[in-house]
Amino acid sequence: MTYNLQPKNYNLLTTTFLIKGMHCASCVRVIERALEKVEGVREAQVNFATEKANISYDPKKVTDEQIITTVSQVGYKALLEKTAKDTEIEKEQKKKELDNLRKKVAFALATGVLILWGSFPFLMDFAPSVLKNFLVQLVLASIVQFWVGLEFYKAAIPALKHRTANMDTLVSLGTTMAYSYSVFVTIFPETVEALGIKPMPYFDVPVIIIALILLGRYFEAKARAGTSEAIRKLIGLQAKTAKVLRGKVEVDVPIGEVELGDIIRVRPGEKIPVDGTILDGESSIDESMVTGESIPVDKLKGDTVIGGTINKTGTFTYKATKVGMETMLSQIIRLVEEAQASKAPIQKLVDLISSYFVPVVIILATTTFVLWYDFGPQPALLFALLNTVAVLIIACPCAMGLATPTAIMVGTGKGAEQGILIKDAESLETAHKVKTIIFDKTGTLTQGKPKVTDVMPLQPTTYNLQTILQLAASIEKGSEHSLAEAIVTKAEEENLVLSKVEGFRAIPGHGVEGKVHGDCVLLGNTRLMEKEKVDTSPARRPLARLESEGKTVMILALKGKVVGLIAVADTLKDSAKEGVKALEKLDIEVAMITGDNKRTATAIAKEVGIKRVLAEVLPDQKEAEVRKIQSEGKVVAMVGDGINDAPALAAADVGIAMGTGTDVAIEAADITLINKDLRSVVGAIKLSKKTMKTIKSNLFWAFGYNVILIPVAMGALYPIFRILLSPILASVAMAFSSTSVVANSLLLKKAKIS
Amino acid sequence: METDKVIVTILGILGIAFTYWFFLGKKEREVVASSDNVEITVEGGYSPEAVVIPKGKTTKITFIRKDPSSCLSEVVLGDFKIRKELPLNTPVTVEITPQNPGTFGYSCGMNMYHGKIVVR
Repeated sequence: MTYNLQPKNYNLLTTTFLIKGMHCASCVRVIERALEKVEGVREAQVNFATEKANISYDPKKVTDEQIITTVSQVGYKALLEKTAKDTEIEKEQKKKELDNLRKKVAFALATGVLILWGSFPFLMDFAPSVLKNFLVQLVLASIVQFWVGLEFYKAAIPALKHRTANMDTLVSLGTTMAYSYSVFVTIFPETVEALGIKPMPYFDVPVIIIALILLGRYFEAKARAGTSEAIRKLIGLQAKTAKVLRGKVEVDVPIGEVELGDIIRVRPGEKIPVDGTILDGESSIDESMVTGESIPVDKLKGDTVIGGTINKTGTFTYKATKVGMETMLSQIIRLVEEAQASKAPIQKLVDLISSYFVPVVIILATTTFVLWYDFGPQPALLFALLNTVAVLIIACPCAMGLATPTAIMVGTGKGAEQGILIKDAESLETAHKVKTIIFDKTGTLTQGKPKVTDVMPLQPTTYNLQTILQLAASIEKGSEHSLAEAIVTKAEEENLVLSKVEGFRAIPGHGVEGKVHGDCVLLGNTRLMEKEKVDTSPARRPLARLESEGKTVMILALKGKVVGLIAVADTLKDSAKEGVKALEKLDIEVAMITGDNKRTATAIAKEVGIKRVLAEVLPDQKEAEVRKIQSEGKVVAMVGDGINDAPALAAADVGIAMGTGTDVAIEAADITLINKDLRSVVGAIKLSKKTMKTIKSNLFWAFGYNVILIPVAMGALYPIFRILLSPILASVAMAFSSTSVVANSLLLKKAKIS
Repeated sequence: METDKVIVTILGILGIAFTYWFFLGKKEREVVASSDNVEITVEGGYSPEAVVIPKGKTTKITFIRKDPSSCLSEVVLGDFKIRKELPLNTPVTVEITPQNPGTFGYSCGMNMYHGKIVVR
């Protein structure tokens, strides 16, 4: 279904309906005319060739149901073209399919048991005579073969028309062979006897094979539903309505109708409907479902709130800043859906093999028949037949097909639950090979909220502490740097009145310059002073001391002379030390990249436990530093805030954006961490390692299963060990195989990553 | 060797040759998209099996599943990060805007049926 919001008439909705029952071009006009008479329908365009109608209408005046009724009144049938997301009908359909499957499995199993009772050597002695009657067995088996087993034929025959073969082809071939032989034996026992074969039908074989394979399919379908549980949970987080303030009245509005700028009230225990900014009130909000952070976050006026999270304590009103597809939750859902649909590089080999698999199995089955017929013991025909059926049945292409995607689905879903958003399967695959992780210092290792710790006048008699701070704050007022913000905030706290600055200029990686009262003012690092040829010798000692304490020091120069120092420090995150330690435990080298000078950087790195320090790196050099480490032959992950360091994130093998959910960050990063906890980085790496382990074990199992059991079914063990695989056992193995792959992927849900 | 064995051997060899030719020797039918809408019928596979679409333009691909086989109930266009449920007899449209030329395979959820999108 395509919803197009018309730019001019934004109230108008265009929806595509399927029209059934049109038999000539004139039907088109009949339907169009009928629809155009309905109030609220602006335009109806019916296409005879595609059997579709594009209808533009005002959803406030006319509903989809009214359109469907109108079309049916003129003798046709309109169906709403649904997207796969409209889950209700789909769920119903799936439930019905599963119920149907269950009934068929139960019937086939019961029939199989009855036939087995009537035909198995020891059991048949106790069976009622009716079950021993071959004709009765034939009738029972036919019902299973052509009613229960119909779905195998229904899938196999259209595939044959396309000259493709699949699992259904194999099952249809195998069961039809066993069934046809048994029918022949039942109708012409003398002919079979004349060939030296005891005229015993094998009706139990096709019946039980069909029952068990369908049983496997039933379990597999149930298990597969579990692989997309994370997405369903995320969709379930969305609120259905919002309490919007219209004037002074509070109105319950469906979530789809909430508009940008709407004022919404949220009470304790309620779900926050869309993203926004608090206008009034305060509360503690449980954001765990989106960020993975278990402790509720306190929010005040001006703070942002995320749609889908739960308000715990206070009542507040907020302004909607993001609605519809723009909300963080919608973006997370889109990202997870995309990641789950993407293909891991490891899948390529599987794709190649699976495209040849079924035809190769048919060729092997044919070979089995010929070899057993020509060289097998007597009755050769029977051995040839049963072994061929076993080969056709045991081959399991499904397990191979499911091995990678199910693990990716569970892995990415599990990540989303913990606030770890993975862009695609490739990123997930690369992350497990990471050998070096570079952290951008500000905002990832530290809180990203630096504070002024020291203000030091160097000519106290002429320029005192307040003058230094006032001058520095004045010139930094125009800068957007986080250090500037710290200085300006400090000046505001001290109630200083700032001066007007002329000719302000920010020099990235150096500092700022400008004129205050006509005098040239410089504020920045040593590099800036050197560039401007300012003598920094009076500042050398205090500068070294402050820097060795891990502080970022800025030198203030007035009229070409150093007059003071301002030191700013950022607090380390509580999770920083623990996160670094955990990464080292995973044998990953941790590095820190920063614009700070070596002394400051080393002091901070030491505190966190980081050994490799990349200091004095200008913003535009970060990317080059990443490439330098890559050239050492290492797979590199870069952790940053995703906004300022997008090129470095893109250059890294795995770019990890932290503590943000903005579009820019998500676009640039391979992995987005919604929370700011450093342990999430460890979580992402662990998740990647565990998912890859699951994929590898799935593939090993799926390939190993086929590589080992197909030759066994062909009779490879017979010449030495006299072991043959019965077709019924083959069907047990086959049913178990694909279900176990899905079950193994589901185990990932229980993996500990934090 | 007895006659029956000779016949079975010859039939076997013919069967193998036929299987190879029938399944592995086929040529895919390519259909060039005449507009920005392409319809693909999902029945025993994807028909047409290969669609040719232009680079840099948005093309709407509509899948209609007419085959009840559960295997086909999902379509995965991995290169375009699209995975969609295909309810029976219900058209499902996906939009893609390919930026690079090439052949991009897609498949059913279990990777058993395959189709191709050729970008030129």
